[in-house]
Amino acid sequence: MTPSILFFIVIGAVSLAAAVGVVTSRMPIHSALFLLVNFVSLAVLYITLDAQFLAAAQVIIYAGGIVILILFVIMLIGSEKIETRAPHRIWTPYVGILLGVLLISSMIFGFVETPTPDTAAQAIQGGIPEAVGMTLFTQYILPFELAAVLLLVALLGALLLARQPKAN
Amino acid sequence: MVPTSFYLILGGLLFAIGAIGVLTRRSAMILLMCVELMLNSVNLTLIALSRQWDNLNGQVFVFMIMAVAAAEVAVGLAIVIAHSRHTNTTNVDEVKLLKW
Repeated sequence: MTPSILFFIVIGAVSLAAAVGVVTSRMPIHSALFLLVNFVSLAVLYITLDAQFLAAAQVIIYAGGIVILILFVIMLIGSEKIETRAPHRIWTPYVGILLGVLLISSMIFGFVETPTPDTAAQAIQGGIPEAVGMTLFTQYILPFELAAVLLLVALLGALLLARQPKAN
Repeated sequence: MVPTSFYLILGGLLFAIGAIGVLTRRSAMILLMCVELMLNSVNLTLIALSRQWDNLNGQVFVFMIMAVAAAEVAVGLAIVIAHSRHTNTTNVDEVKLLKW
């Protein structure tokens, strides 16, 4: 077992454990912190996959932006009470776990047959910002501009939805 | 060099854990977090295949997914806040304003 595979197994186990923590935690705050661990471990995996720019973006956008936003909202609306389950929905967890196990087994059947990787990738240049930026601003300039419009719309929509209604 | 299939299997496991969370948990906040988990597992598979085929398109896709995920979380959290202001709960079983 080479060191790189050992490293992958350790980081992958951390991210899997954090994902299980997100799903099983009783407190939403703990779920959010487990989610942070999961995002950071995935950023480490991105570095091993020659995607340096995306690893940085992962830490900045997900860990720095999204998790902080989720934590803010949890503290704003109170990290309430244990979820109560309606009596007619007692079977929900069992069906959910059964469907999830089916999903896992079907996906793993598909993945075992994927081709093994060839030699070190050249064209992606380690995923440095220069290479990603060249692709983004030449071939994908229109989707990039549309993403900017989408973010603006989401900003306005979030403001409109979360605004305190006029008291009258 | 770690085989690409390892990353794909890890991505599949993470996606399934996120899906189990969406199916079993009932708190809207935790549902949003599980959806983020699933989006991230797809990002991992896209980046792994980007290295596999030595092509940057996968990484650009991941960049777009990050933008969409940020928009989704902002709007989703705003909806959760707006709803919890009316009904004082985040349990999705209680969300039935649109139910006829």
